[in-house]
Amino acid sequence: MRVSARKTALVGAAALALALSACGGDDDGDDEGSASGDGGGSVTVRGCNPENPLIPVNTNETCGGDVLDQLFSKLVRYDTETAEPMNEIAESIESEDNVTWTITLNDGWTFHDGTPITAQSFVDAWNYGAYGPNGNLNSYFFEPIVGYAEVAGTTDDAGAYVEGSATAETMSGLAVVDDLTFTATLVSPQSSFPLRLGYTAYSPMPEAFFEDPEAYGEAPIGSGPFQFESWEPNVEINLTAYPDYQGETQPSIDEVTFRIYENFDAAYNDLQADQLDIMPELPTSALAGDAYQNDLGERWLDRAVGVFQSVTFAPQTVDPSLSNATLRQAISMAIDRETIIEQIFSGTREAASGWVSPVVSGFEAGACGEFCNFDPDQARQLLDEAGGFSGPLTLSYNADADHQAWTEAVCNSISQELGIECVAQGVVDFATFRSQINAREMTGMFRTGWQMDYPSAENFLVPLYATGASSNDGDYSNPEFDAAVAEAATLQGEEAEAKYNEAEAMLAEDMASIPLWHYRIVAGWSTNVENVQITPFGTIDLLSVTTTS
Amino acid sequence: MGRYVIRRLLQMVPVILGTTFLIYVLVWSLPGDPFAAKCGDRPCPPAYIERMTNEYNLDDPLFIQYFKYMANLVTGDFGQTFSGVDIADELISRYPTTAQLALIAIGVEILIGITAGVLAALRRGGFVDNLVLVSTLIVVSIPVFVIGLLAQITFGVQLGWFPVTSDGTFYSLLMPGFVLGSLSLAFVARLMRTNLVENLRADYVRTATAKGLPRKRVIGVHALRNSLIPVITFIGADFGALLGGAIVTEGIFNVPGVGNMIFRGINQHEGATVTAAVTVLVLVFLLVNLLVDLLYAVLDPRIRYD
Repeated sequence: MRVSARKTALVGAAALALALSACGGDDDGDDEGSASGDGGGSVTVRGCNPENPLIPVNTNETCGGDVLDQLFSKLVRYDTETAEPMNEIAESIESEDNVTWTITLNDGWTFHDGTPITAQSFVDAWNYGAYGPNGNLNSYFFEPIVGYAEVAGTTDDAGAYVEGSATAETMSGLAVVDDLTFTATLVSPQSSFPLRLGYTAYSPMPEAFFEDPEAYGEAPIGSGPFQFESWEPNVEINLTAYPDYQGETQPSIDEVTFRIYENFDAAYNDLQADQLDIMPELPTSALAGDAYQNDLGERWLDRAVGVFQSVTFAPQTVDPSLSNATLRQAISMAIDRETIIEQIFSGTREAASGWVSPVVSGFEAGACGEFCNFDPDQARQLLDEAGGFSGPLTLSYNADADHQAWTEAVCNSISQELGIECVAQGVVDFATFRSQINAREMTGMFRTGWQMDYPSAENFLVPLYATGASSNDGDYSNPEFDAAVAEAATLQGEEAEAKYNEAEAMLAEDMASIPLWHYRIVAGWSTNVENVQITPFGTIDLLSVTTTS
Repeated sequence: MGRYVIRRLLQMVPVILGTTFLIYVLVWSLPGDPFAAKCGDRPCPPAYIERMTNEYNLDDPLFIQYFKYMANLVTGDFGQTFSGVDIADELISRYPTTAQLALIAIGVEILIGITAGVLAALRRGGFVDNLVLVSTLIVVSIPVFVIGLLAQITFGVQLGWFPVTSDGTFYSLLMPGFVLGSLSLAFVARLMRTNLVENLRADYVRTATAKGLPRKRVIGVHALRNSLIPVITFIGADFGALLGGAIVTEGIFNVPGVGNMIFRGINQHEGATVTAAVTVLVLVFLLVNLLVDLLYAVLDPRIRYD
């Protein structure tokens, strides 16, 4: 009754609006509506506001990253299906000892301003990225290279940067051999080094960038299949196919527009009305009750991506009550992952049986063993063995994103099965949440997420669980694990993968963290496009997309 | 009149200083380091934090920070967002959109609201009066985001009459403008009706009718003009609020306006962005209110400013 009354009022209002619009704005309205589908292969993609200037080495979030991904080709490109690295600008990346790497480039590649891509383009870009006073977000990606410490400068005891502490401007580990060859010497053996080189931070930069980085950040000159056309702040970023792109697959579309949305629900409504072509990730509201399958018909796909959710225990020095490994295993076995995934995430997660994402090569299921299975009886038995647990258990999350429902469900599961009082505790926002974790002030358990930088088991293990690593929020330390990953770094291929699997299994003994699940994302598209594929990073493979008209 | 305007303009200076200071302090003192969240689940490189801290003078005491900020502001330097876009540019690109949206909303309020109110008052107790009462009651009791989403799905997605989201063009702003104006429209209609009903019973209206003026003139010139004063006050205040308060509507329709900018600024702890946007808002709000006060004198000859 109420609804129909609203509708009549709205119809009246709309009729008036139509009458008004007849005076003027009609034309541009029509243009906007049909801009997406026709017009010789142009597509619109859901974008969002870049948080930083469009400079690869200073972009670490997806809004800017999605655009930079299309603008830049790197030494390697990851296969959309398997995430295997394939040489792109590189002709070869070789090393005998995993320490000194010789990188040879393919001839003929150019930046979008026509200047050639040379060994110098890479070396200069990497030195710029690592140089402390430039203050780049991605500077730590150059950490493995010899000379990084001198270039990056030092920090004081409180972790603050000491001004003027960078003693060199270039890393001594990088040397240009000739126009198309350079060498990179690493501090220690890193078999996964070539795997990393497809990350945005390792992009080559043209000379124009070093002349005026600020102007460049607003109109970047890239090296990839698409070149930058225009950026209308808050509205759209426009790219066109670069005719001299040297990659194996040429894009079939010749124009792509990232339309900027502050609100992804709005984007989803646009998608349903065919006013937006591709959404790499559908919003939660569309996933609820599988609504998207009704709305979009066959025009969606879901895919595992390299994002991992876990629960980390506060370091022993901060909260000693949770340091007992058996207790941790008991908690892990009391969590009913499958039911939570089904009920809260509409199946868009994959219960984790280990710490490494299934998208990386060499993944082996079951590293966590029985401890990641839901088994209330054994959980209670382990709890008894551990001597019980007194006092409420807290599970903290940042309340500015969708974490409340699942953290509460996890807590309920623990409370119910173990009889421990578990409270999901919201922290006002991500900034506060991370500040407390970084300062080692957070007690109890807290949620930790990890999005892979490059598709390697190493990326899911070393930064998170090696002693003193940058994202080791629980201060986990296990000399055996450290030794195993160090050894794996000296090996190559399947040997290295096997060693990483071995190291991963060690984490189950102490339950370094509780693995919960790996993400799957659901992408959707309009009737104007076909052949949409999503990469393991959750971005669109625009080289494969075709238009229907 | 001139002196009155100058006095009012001078009064704005302390108001602006006070509000900007409060906003600046509040945003920068939000809990949590604004740069702690910039690197996902790992700490940001210290060199990055150092560079950003210097850029926004966060090492200085709060008062000094604020004065440095204001000194820049006075010279026209609004600073930059974290993404390196000049805040002044961003304001210039967003304000026209928000102003257009607010004007459409106000236009809807005036056109439909006042008309409905007058019609209802003239036929008190009749069909139109009841229709207006019931329909405004419904509009007032439904939250704006429900109206917004319903309109978006019905007219944007299903019927395809309007663009689902706005890119800032006039046509695409019509539907958001209607939604935004709908709530105030209801208030305007009811306010208009009550005032007019009351004034129609006033002595001067009876006098005017008695001396033989045509009904059109009695209502149009005498009763209506006087009844408009509270309505104009409401619309003036509403216009000020619409210029900054359309966060929900701008969010639903993805309007590239100031509301979205402030919302994002608060989320990302961008003190400079929020303060700049709000400073302009306060300024506009004060000017609109001055304008409303001056309009009183036009509507009611008994009011004089000197």
